[in-house]
Amino acid sequence: MTTPITSDAVSTVEQAIARRRSEGGGALIGYLPVGFPTLNDSIDAAVALVANGVDIIELGLPYSDPVMDGPVIQAATQQALANGFKLRHGFEAIRAITAQVDAPVLVMTYWNPVVQYGVERFADDLRAAGGAGLITPDLIPDEADDWMAASVRADLDRVFLAAPSSSDARLVQAIEASRGFVYTVSTMGTTGARAGVDAAARILVERLRAVGCTSACVGLGISTPEQVREILGYADGAIVGSALVKALTDGGVPAVARLAGELAAGARDIRLAS
Amino acid sequence: MSLRTQPGPYFGDFGGRFVPESLVAALDELTAEYELAKNDPAFAAALMKLHVDYTGRPSIITEVPRFAEYAGGARIILKREDLNHTGSHKINNALGQALLTKRIGKTRVIAETGAGQHGVATATVAALFGLECVVYMGEVDTERQALNVARMRLLGAEVVPVKTGSRTLKDAINDAMRDWVTNVETTNYIFGTVAGPHPFPAMVRDFQKIIGEEARQQVLDLTGSLPDAVTACVGGGSNAMGIFHAFLDDPTVALFGYEAAGDGVDTPRHAATITKGRPGVLHGARSMLLQDEDGQTVESHSISAGLDYPGVGPEHAWLASIGRATYMPITDDEAMSALRLLSRTEGIIPAIESSHALAGTLALGRALGPEATILVNLSGRGDKDMETAGRYFDLLDEGAEQS
Repeated sequence: MTTPITSDAVSTVEQAIARRRSEGGGALIGYLPVGFPTLNDSIDAAVALVANGVDIIELGLPYSDPVMDGPVIQAATQQALANGFKLRHGFEAIRAITAQVDAPVLVMTYWNPVVQYGVERFADDLRAAGGAGLITPDLIPDEADDWMAASVRADLDRVFLAAPSSSDARLVQAIEASRGFVYTVSTMGTTGARAGVDAAARILVERLRAVGCTSACVGLGISTPEQVREILGYADGAIVGSALVKALTDGGVPAVARLAGELAAGARDIRLAS
Repeated sequence: MSLRTQPGPYFGDFGGRFVPESLVAALDELTAEYELAKNDPAFAAALMKLHVDYTGRPSIITEVPRFAEYAGGARIILKREDLNHTGSHKINNALGQALLTKRIGKTRVIAETGAGQHGVATATVAALFGLECVVYMGEVDTERQALNVARMRLLGAEVVPVKTGSRTLKDAINDAMRDWVTNVETTNYIFGTVAGPHPFPAMVRDFQKIIGEEARQQVLDLTGSLPDAVTACVGGGSNAMGIFHAFLDDPTVALFGYEAAGDGVDTPRHAATITKGRPGVLHGARSMLLQDEDGQTVESHSISAGLDYPGVGPEHAWLASIGRATYMPITDDEAMSALRLLSRTEGIIPAIESSHALAGTLALGRALGPEATILVNLSGRGDKDMETAGRYFDLLDEGAEQS
């Protein structure tokens, strides 16, 4: 039952990133939580991201104790939970999104919901729903034996985090454990828009490259087309979260579609410039 | 095999480090520095000097015969952590971690607090060592423990009322972790209980185990033998680990932890994590926790802010799983009744948290009979709880309530 698949299958996330790299830029990754403001709106908003130029969806599963998230995402996921979000809604959303668009859908989840669902069962159901893999903000490779085995068997991506404070040995560990990309944490802190993207992001990408990383996407604090353009100058992808959630909060699906289009223009500029 | 030599990160299947990568370097640094400090006689000497000259250790033991009449006549001995400077056992750990903070060279400390006892202890050591101090406290708890908020502010700490989630201890920990992720370069997190990611469960236990080491000898000196049972209340579990640890390898000594049952364990309003929870991951460790079928943390409820936590330290989950310690629920009403009983029979007003241990001991004494000796950890004093007790027992005169 847990025989590893030794297939030549390449991660659709890596393919999407490679395609953008070959055009001279990098991938634009957009985060939204499932169930905010409603399940249907969150599906429509994710579809709108892709329709407006986002390459990869990062779909967040609301969790009661999101220690990596700042106020905007906390408020949105807390509302989703208050509205009755259940894990099965996450799988429903992935099905609905992947039925409408081709972009890969990665799921961002804290670890306890996966443990309670059953790691193997979660991997199977994620695969069956059309999901590409998991981003795990509070699971480090040191604690991830179960997930490594399940994701290999189910042919899913594993996105682990690299932080400015990570040692070189831990960067190597994150690169070796990850498939899809390494989530490069731009700054020490939680999610949320910031005026400037930390110089630490560029340094960390350089450190990752120096130890062999071929797929480093930068997240945390990125909210503007200019920041996307800047990051894609040195990284393989730029991840935008809180800014999209805020747009959805303030202006609904039309506003999130508009911001996605602007961010995608930032990503396009760098491709044209190169 | 000795049960006293568990170094972490794992205690059986429990423990570990389920944290954002950003925190790993700080946890590694803390672990390495703690290992050095643990083996450094100068560190031990400095800490012992503070225990003696500042806290007033060793804390005494007090036999309570009038209270014991209500416990089947069993011999009941209290370990008086309530007499420590700042009013609870929390100072033992705060001093240890503050010394460690100085050793690492960080200048700012943060802490979470429920009842405010750990926050007060941390604010106290921060004042003593000249460290900047920020304490995260659930908004609900800032209201029911307003006196401790004032104490922390008087000591120079900034108290941040946490308005997210259930607005209690678990959310205070979330916000403290967010602060730590952001400010880890200058900041040390003085964690208050034996939960959280490694090295906190083992390190906080080590800083608290002085309670049991003292008490074991004190009871031997008083009675000539070991107690039949040792009891303590359990929220995160630091006072219980502190008094249990010295007795783990004494097979004749039964260990009982009393969890907060709130309105009752068969109602939705309780904090009886080991009694009613399942294994899961919260706040950096795999342990027992109160959660729904999706793994969302369930909000806990207790009249006692210090026990109002849906998780528990991983070493307790392990001790429960191997049957070395037994964990039982105590309702709000049982605890409050024990609080009043100890006050009226012995002239000692206990914290509501510690009153859960007293309530459990009343039933345990009746079960064990008059030949038994029971050592109870009186982990804190009740001064901070006068408003809650005043309202609960209707003791306040009209117009006397100040808030």
